[in-house]
Amino acid sequence: MSEATTLDLEKIEREATDKTLFGFWTYVMTDCVLFASLFATYAVLHGNTFGGPSGHELFKLPYVLTETMILLTSSFTCGLAMLAAQARDKKQVLIWLGVTFLLGASFLGLELSEFHKMVVEGNSWRRSGFLSSYFTLIGTHGLHITFGLIWMAVAGWFTYAKGLTESMRKRLTLLSIFWHFLDVVWIFIFTIVYLYGSLSV
Amino acid sequence: MRHKEIAIEEHQLSYGKYIFGFVASVVLTLGSYVAVTKFTGDRNVIIAVISSLAFIQFIVQMLFFLHIGEEKEPRWKQLVMWFMIFIVLLIVGGSIWIMNNLNYRMTPEQMDQYLKSQDSL
Repeated sequence: MSEATTLDLEKIEREATDKTLFGFWTYVMTDCVLFASLFATYAVLHGNTFGGPSGHELFKLPYVLTETMILLTSSFTCGLAMLAAQARDKKQVLIWLGVTFLLGASFLGLELSEFHKMVVEGNSWRRSGFLSSYFTLIGTHGLHITFGLIWMAVAGWFTYAKGLTESMRKRLTLLSIFWHFLDVVWIFIFTIVYLYGSLSV
Repeated sequence: MRHKEIAIEEHQLSYGKYIFGFVASVVLTLGSYVAVTKFTGDRNVIIAVISSLAFIQFIVQMLFFLHIGEEKEPRWKQLVMWFMIFIVLLIVGGSIWIMNNLNYRMTPEQMDQYLKSQDSL
């Protein structure tokens, strides 16, 4: 194959990757709009406690800080997995993906046990407008985390089985965008829901 | 040679950026946590401080984790991002504005009357 043809092929492949990345990025941005609507709902309803507990009484900040730090660290280790993929280091990719998965799973576990505790105490989404919007917002984020974890498990398995092919590295890049995005959303959940919530008396 | 150039162009990832982004995010998160738990000042001041810290952390993560600033022209990703920010501000700002305004205009007596008229239906 002549050099010119090789270059053309590379260019075409690269453009295809760019298009995939751009398409996925556009999806992620529309997901932001979904979260924005839920944030708006929460902002409007957060005072409507209907005689039930307010965020100030419900939220335990040290617990939430632990969740936040775990998710933040998982975002970082996901970045380390991308750096390993860039260096074509399959073993490192698998290690960091595994660490990210475990951190994400423990974040989800903490969140679910918090939900469980609230529901058992009678403060489920049926209690008040505030709790409905709270569970919808945090639950949607948790659902995204769940799908991210499934995706990560599949991506890890494929990387293990098929190696770091070009298309695998593309998929890992998409996964990393998704995971970092979930951490970005959590910044606002942490600040607006938990920190604002515990300030209001 | 040419092959190498393409490979370099494809990735601008570096350890430094991720580590900086991570450390900055941890510091900013702890900063807003301490601002809420340790300081007993004016509530509005604390809200302004933690909102700013969240905004800075948003920018840090967009730049260092999502590499938004490293895109080459034409910057389609950034265009979509700005459109998203515009829509988000419309939805959130608009909802809060309209709903607070409704709340303000509807006095408690009117609310009672309204609820009673609903009951009788």
